[in-house]
This record gives sequence, structure tokens and C-alpha cells, in this order.
Amino acid sequence: MSILCDKNTKLLVQGMGRMGRFHAGLSSEYHTDVVGGVAPGRGGQELDGIPVYDTVQEAVKETGANASVVFVPPPGAADAILEAADAGLDLCVCITEGIPAVDMLRAKAAMRGASTRLVGPNCPGVVTPEQCRIGIMPAAITKPGPVGVISRSGTLTYEAVDQLSRLGIGQSTCVGIGGDPVIGTTFVDALGLFEADPDTRAVVMIGEIGGTAEETAAEFIQSNMTKPVVSFIAGQNAPPGKRMGHAGAIIAGGTGRASDKMASLEAAGVAVSRSPAEIGETLAQAVPELRGA
Amino acid sequence: MNVHEYQAKQLLREYAVAVPAGALATTAAEAEAAARELAADVCVVKAQVHAGGRGKAGGIKLAKSPAEAKQAASEILGMTLRSAQTGPEGKQVHKVYVEAGSDIAHEFYLGIVLDRAEECLAIIASTEGGVEIEEVAAATPEKIITIHLDPNAGLQSHQVRQVGFGLGLDGDQVNQLEVFLGGLYRLFVEKDASLAEINPLVVTQGGDLIALDAKLNFDDNALFRHPEIAELRDPEEEDPRERAANEIDLAYVGLDGNIGCMVNGAGLAMATLDMIQVCGGSPANFLDAGGGADKEKVKEAFKLILRDEKVKGILVNIFGGIVRCDLIAEGVVAAAGELGITVPLVVRLQGTNAAEGRKILAESGLDITPAETLGEAGEKAVAAVAGVEG
Repeated sequence: MSILCDKNTKLLVQGMGRMGRFHAGLSSEYHTDVVGGVAPGRGGQELDGIPVYDTVQEAVKETGANASVVFVPPPGAADAILEAADAGLDLCVCITEGIPAVDMLRAKAAMRGASTRLVGPNCPGVVTPEQCRIGIMPAAITKPGPVGVISRSGTLTYEAVDQLSRLGIGQSTCVGIGGDPVIGTTFVDALGLFEADPDTRAVVMIGEIGGTAEETAAEFIQSNMTKPVVSFIAGQNAPPGKRMGHAGAIIAGGTGRASDKMASLEAAGVAVSRSPAEIGETLAQAVPELRGA
Repeated sequence: MNVHEYQAKQLLREYAVAVPAGALATTAAEAEAAARELAADVCVVKAQVHAGGRGKAGGIKLAKSPAEAKQAASEILGMTLRSAQTGPEGKQVHKVYVEAGSDIAHEFYLGIVLDRAEECLAIIASTEGGVEIEEVAAATPEKIITIHLDPNAGLQSHQVRQVGFGLGLDGDQVNQLEVFLGGLYRLFVEKDASLAEINPLVVTQGGDLIALDAKLNFDDNALFRHPEIAELRDPEEEDPRERAANEIDLAYVGLDGNIGCMVNGAGLAMATLDMIQVCGGSPANFLDAGGGADKEKVKEAFKLILRDEKVKGILVNIFGGIVRCDLIAEGVVAAAGELGITVPLVVRLQGTNAAEGRKILAESGLDITPAETLGEAGEKAVAAVAGVEG
């Protein structure tokens, strides 16, 4: 019924500050099994009813956790990701925005061959409707169903999910992969997971300016995806050389333009919506039998 | 973050990367004194602005005597330099760098970039020095050498040799390159650069490697651990509105249109600009008020949008996830009242507490046009501005 997380996920919260505690609470209220928090030096305490541990390793041993969400501030965030990987978690979702790029390059290289899948950083997280919420997404707008959603953005993901839900089209899993230049799970990774998920029947992929991840995804869709994919690319008129909020959203050295990404995706058979208001409608038209599904 | 050439060269010196002797001058007299001090046959007087294409724009001049350096500096200082990279408004020159000239035998391109697709740093080198690397990549990609660096192992000597012999350098010069490129790489990773370009890298008549021009950009996300780099920021080089936004932790980019935008989230903010354009309008700015937008932030954001005299209408687009729409609505009402906003205001609230937010707007007595969907918001904002312009 989903990718990455489901009702069997046992979630740890790394970084029990204001944000971490707030969202641990919201996740607990939304079907999610939040089994513990990690806050070095506060092991043995309980915060909002959640047991706290000094290290991820100890938390895993005590709780059987298989996933974590990272709210640790930028200076220590890459270290927190590697701590999750060292403890052998299946999934680590990093929400933190503002991690230095060099730190992420090193962390990703160090994770090669590890069993842990990283999602993010600088992402809103992952929601499998009515099963599990990891991160900061407003889960109330989601609805269980057959469409996978992948996006580099936060609020634009909510916009797309909301459009789908209003059309009666539910989601298998909604994945925010993050707006940084170096991220754990790429479009291609997430597309592959949705292709393999028997309960996902179509995918909405929301890209934006910067980098060439959408072009790489188009190649993957052409040769590997049997399920229909529709897309929207944000920043169609963004000026070159300007960073549009996200660290990774910049047209630089002639690469990263929305028009190139849209053309690549269309050439791969993807229906690309020009208007951000018609992401849901584009999916409904591409796969009419999903309307109201 | 960008820095000036003179600042980049000072950093290069600290990392044993060879650069010509030079000095900064802010007046013609200082430039003359600097040239006398350098005592070189030829000096180069270079405008210090954050833009390429300075030579063609008249921002770089040769001087064969201190008097000529003085004359060149007096022509460059205060000029408005316009190149392809400055935009039509150009950039005013406040500083010049006076540098000893070099006898050039060969010119190369040498750079370090973050290769997003390969998830590593990459050395880029080319025999086509002094030319934009994008042009070389388009016209003669076979002249580009690309070496990917393992993030944890770092630059290896054999990779330096691949670059050096690939460029056609001799054995002695490849040894020099080991120091040169090694220093550049250490500078890149120790100071968290995001781009380093030596263009051109020059081999002198005497066979020495030297960085004739240098461009360094730094990762904004890493400035917290490099106060010495953050200090190099030159406020005069930045758009005053972008600088003001930066100070209050808002992401803002000025654009050419007349519809001011306030949105929460970078992706949705870009999509809102797209929406306005789909509806036939033109946005005045990108503005991401962030996930933690509150009353005070909303007010500051309005102030920033209204500093732009082109703005004939404002579109607020909030998708409340964590942000509560009722709080945003209170902020909009307070700001609209306090700031006396006279341009049409279209507000779209969706998500958490949207109904409460819409009620606050409706009961405020202010002339605010509500919108429910993104499409409706775009259409109403474009129509409102068209109405103003008659």
C-alpha cells in the first residue's frame, strides 16, 4: 500500500527541541508509532510521554525503532544522519534546512553501501495516509489511494496533494525529497520504489529549477516506468543566477532551466502541467479511471 | 555569497596559490601610489565589481607608469560598468585593484565546482583560457578535462597529474600545479566554497603558473562557521531589497513585473510566479515568508514588497501546513491597516485554519479580495492590477 513507511514503522525523533517535540506530537496523533526521542545528555527522561535516549544506538536497542526523523540544527545534522546509518535504521528522514553542501557530500559518500535510506535534507518528510507521518507535512490533507507523490518542495507538495484529494484521488505515499543540491533519495530512487509498489498506479512528480535531476528522471521514466507519470516544474520564469529560496533552486552555467526539464519529461511521455493549479487535473486527465479512486 | 577578485586573491595567497602582486585602491592617487610600489613594467588596473565581462566593458586597463595607473583609475572609479552579467542597470565601481602585469605564454581555465549529479566536487580544466567555460563546453567539449573527487579521500596527486599533463604542461609545471591546485582544493573545502574559478590560469614566459583572474563563491549555509568569510560581504554589491530581506530572514528576489507576492515556502512561491504568468500577469518579486511566518514577519514582508514602486497589486498565497492561516490573516489585517496599503490585495488562504482566516479577513472591513484556489488567486490578482492600470 505504500513506500518507505507504513503502520509497522517505529519512529525515533533525533533532536527533541521545539520543532522535534511539536511534530513528534502531531505524528503520534496521526497513526504513527513514535517510540522514542534522541537528545544527548537527556537520556532516561520522558518528554511529552516519549522516552528519551542519549544515542540512536541505545534507542534502537531499547525500542526496536526502524526509522528516524532528524530535526537537529545544521551544524550537527550530517552527524545525526550518519548516527542513524551507523545504528542500522532502514530509513532516516532529515528535515533540517541549511546543512553545508560539503557536509552532505561527505555524509552521502560515507553512507555508500549502508542499509539506511536517507530522505532529504531540507524536506517536509514522508506521509503514507492513515498509516504513518514522518516530518512536518499536514497529514489531514492526504487521503489513502493509488497515486504516489514526489516533490522537491514543501508547501507546493501540499498544494498538489490537496488538488488530488479534492478530486477524490488518494495517495499511496507522499515523499518530499528536499530542495538542497545534495539529497539522499532522488527522483529516480523514489520513482523506482513507486514502480515496484503494487498499490501505486500512477505518480505525480513535482520538480523545480536547478540541477538536472528532472532530466535524469525523464531518462529513467522512458526506460523503466510502466506506470503513468505526470509532472509540474516550478520556476518557469525564474531569472538565471538567482537562488529562489531553496539552496538547490538556481539556474547556473546554462543548466537547471524549467523549460529544459519540461521538454525532457514530455519527450519521455510525461504529461506536464503548465499551470500549478492544474496538477491534479492533469493526473485525472492522464489516468481518467483514477478520478474518485 | 560572492567576493571580490582582490579578496579572492588574498585567500589564494593564504593557501599558497600563486597570484600576481597587487593592491587595492579607492582613489586615483592611491592607485598611482600602488603602481609605484609595485614597480612593474606594466600594471593592470581592474574594476572590483561582482560581475564578469569587465574587460570588454572598459573596467580593465593597462598602465605603463604610475601616472598612467592614476589616469586609468580615475576613468574606472565611479563609472557604471555594464556587461552581460550586470544587467542593463550596470554596477557602479567604487574600488580598483592595481596588479603587476604578467608575460603570458599560455592561458588555461581551472575550476572546482560542486557536481550535483555525481554528488562530489569536480575539477574542471581546459586549454581554452580566458573564455567562459560554458562556451567551451558547448563548442568544443573535447577540450574540457573533468576529474571527480571522492568527498572523503579528497584530491589525489595522480588527479593533479591527469589535469596537468592533460593540459600539456611540462614536468616542472605539473609540480607547480600540485601546489597550486592542492592549495585551491584545500581553500575550497576548508572555507566551504561553492565555486572556484581561475580564468585564466597563466603560464608565464618564464614557465611559472599564476592565477591572473580569480572568482570564489561561498556556500551561504556554511557561513555560520566562517565569520572571516562572512565579513567579506560587500553590501554595495547587493540589491538593497534582497539585503533587507536577508536581514529579517526572508528569501526575496526582485523581478520586473507589477504584482507583489508573499508566499510561504520556496516551491509554492515559484509556482505562484508561474500562476501569475499563466494568467497573463507579471510578478514583481519572489518572496518566501518561510515556515515560521507570524504577524511581525507578514508586516515586514509587506513593507519590503511596497518598497518596489512598480507594485500595483499584491497577492498573498498561504498554504497552511504548520503555519496557521488565522494567524496569517491577523498579520495581513494588522499590516494592511498600519501600513495603509492602497493597492489591491488578493489573499488566498488554504490549509490549517483557513476558514477562520477567511472570516478574519471578511470581518476586517478592509478591501481584501479573497480567493480559494491557486488558479482563482492568480486570475483575481491579474484582473485587479489590470483594473488599476485602466
